[in-house]
Amino acid sequence: MSALAYGTAGWLFLVGLYGIVTSRNLIHMVICLTVVQSSTYVLLLSIGYRSGAAAPVFADIPPGSRAVDPIVQALTLTDVVVEATVVALMLALAVQAHKRFGTLDPNELTPLRG
Amino acid sequence: MILPLLCAAVLAAVNQLAPRWATDAMGLACALAVLVLCAVLAAHASHRLVYWFGGFHVRHGVAVGIAFSVDRIGAGMATLVALMVSAALLYSVRYFDEVGSLFGALMLVFLAGMVGFCLTGDLFDLFVFFEVMSVAGYALVGYKIEEAGPLQGAINFAITNSVGSFAMLTGIALLYGRTGALNMAQIGAALATHPADGLVTVALLLIMVGLLVKAAIVPWHFWLADAHAVAPVPACVLFSGVMVELALYGLARVYWSVLSASLAAHTADLRAVLIALGLLTALIGAVMCCAQRHIKRLLAFSTISHSGMFLVGLGLLTPAGLAASGEYVIEHAMLKGALFMAAGILLHRFRTVDEHELRGRGRGGDPGLRVAAAVFVLGGLGLAALPPLGVFFGKSALDGALTPVPGYGWVVGVLVVGSALSAGAILRVAGRVFGGWGERVPRHHEVLSAVSELPETLSPHDRTPAVMVAPPLILLIGGLVVGLFSGLRAAIAAAAAQMADRASYVAAVLGGHAHAIPAPHTPVVTLDFLLAAATVLGAVALAVWALAAPAVWWPLERVQGVATAGIVVLRRLHSGCVNDYIAWLVAGLAVAGAALALA
Repeated sequence: MSALAYGTAGWLFLVGLYGIVTSRNLIHMVICLTVVQSSTYVLLLSIGYRSGAAAPVFADIPPGSRAVDPIVQALTLTDVVVEATVVALMLALAVQAHKRFGTLDPNELTPLRG
Repeated sequence: MILPLLCAAVLAAVNQLAPRWATDAMGLACALAVLVLCAVLAAHASHRLVYWFGGFHVRHGVAVGIAFSVDRIGAGMATLVALMVSAALLYSVRYFDEVGSLFGALMLVFLAGMVGFCLTGDLFDLFVFFEVMSVAGYALVGYKIEEAGPLQGAINFAITNSVGSFAMLTGIALLYGRTGALNMAQIGAALATHPADGLVTVALLLIMVGLLVKAAIVPWHFWLADAHAVAPVPACVLFSGVMVELALYGLARVYWSVLSASLAAHTADLRAVLIALGLLTALIGAVMCCAQRHIKRLLAFSTISHSGMFLVGLGLLTPAGLAASGEYVIEHAMLKGALFMAAGILLHRFRTVDEHELRGRGRGGDPGLRVAAAVFVLGGLGLAALPPLGVFFGKSALDGALTPVPGYGWVVGVLVVGSALSAGAILRVAGRVFGGWGERVPRHHEVLSAVSELPETLSPHDRTPAVMVAPPLILLIGGLVVGLFSGLRAAIAAAAAQMADRASYVAAVLGGHAHAIPAPHTPVVTLDFLLAAATVLGAVALAVWALAAPAVWWPLERVQGVATAGIVVLRRLHSGCVNDYIAWLVAGLAVAGAALALA
């Protein structure tokens, strides 16, 4: 189970990077960025996973029983909030690019080079 | 830190209602208040101050809550940040013709993120504050969203830095998985018991790369020049002056507080990797700096070059190196801030920051332009370490820190070359714009540099408002003389020793006692004067040569020699294409990983 989860995290990270490197569309690129970030969710959650343990809600389970790590869940939640901010901003930039310049290809904007 | 966030929220809310002077005054008052608070904190941080949010104190040596742990370097950096934000806000009062108070709100969020980053003692918080300042930074770069340049600059900045921050988060997650802790002292204590294994090395690599992307270290530096060329000038002041340096501060914090004990056996290898990266950055940044004609982009490459030099100091992994970098950062921040503001004065007056279009136009006699001229000449000389002004003391501390580390004496020579190149480019601009010297090359001769003009004001102005003249003047004078205060230098040395003292960091946060380590002392020696003189002479000679023989630099049909061909290749690599930047990021990550794995 855990090898699969860690492998998935690594795979998501790499495949997302591949997507960003080859992307010719800003929206596609932003979604690839979320794929990279998804790998951090999977990684965090699999670090906190305990096999056979319950959810860390101690209201209805007997004290002392095994529970998965609640901290990583809080971290993942924070991570999701961070992602929402970044993605919203990036999509706003993409919308603006399309509205003003009629293109979503990052290479067709006025080049900053040299 | 709460204060700027609250103020930012209020500013955003009253955007449409309040008159401009009220929102400006509120933003400025808030930044000044943060400045005073941080300065008080810095003055009291000779013993580490630890604050546990929500009263979750340490129980039985285990940290359960989230802590701010403030030492002198952190509080000092926060003070510098607040100072630069105050200066930038004062400057921006009259800089824009049309600006909502949202600009002030973004600047305050940026301030909050940076101050939090300086003060936190929690590794995950470090990531969160990193993201807060990043997102505010993306929005600031893309503030003039109607134009293609800022849009592209913001996209390049946002994608590159986001990938870097996810790498950093992955590293933090791995450390958490190993130690079950997020408090830096706790992780450090848990890791100190055995030497670093593969997992810790991978975590170090990912965190390091995440921070070095932000610090604009080659080959992760591409975004910085793009972002600086198009960002509003007040934002540039902060990006160059403090944001880039904060990322290096973060690296020093993670190294000294978390990893130094477990990496003790690999210090020499890590040092070699960091210094190699720093030198590469110092040289490539300096060469690219000479090859620019867009003044803001030129200053951006100068920042990249200096960032590499800070990394050399930091990468020595000694308290003396840390102190040298800290001192250098303060002097550089003020001078570079003044230089960007002077470029802003030119942009405000003439609606262009193209060196050749501005040739001779800065010769007018009014105070605004005179200050701009003084900033470019003295700022260039200050960055070349004209004794005893500017970065001279930071530079000599760096030389002094390099000497006792065996095998790195030659690094000093490379640093002289890097400083001379980038300072020479600034002096060349000063000569051409304010002296009218040198040839004027029309834009169409230039094949590769197509940075667009970005007027940030509606029409050219025939005079410069006083509030735009005062901040660069203050920063210039401050940057030139700050190194002369020996009390400050001693305080920085003590602060570096405090930061490098992991045992007492752990003791302060988790309870217990440890003996403090002594502060490094690096006296200024004759060699430092010789090196500084060589740098200044080199910079002046370079500027004179570039002005006397401009044909060698610009028209590509007349280029000769391997050096110029090399510059052309280098310029092509800065393609402005974010796909390439990420490819470089991954390649750099792989190479750095291989270097650490083999070491």
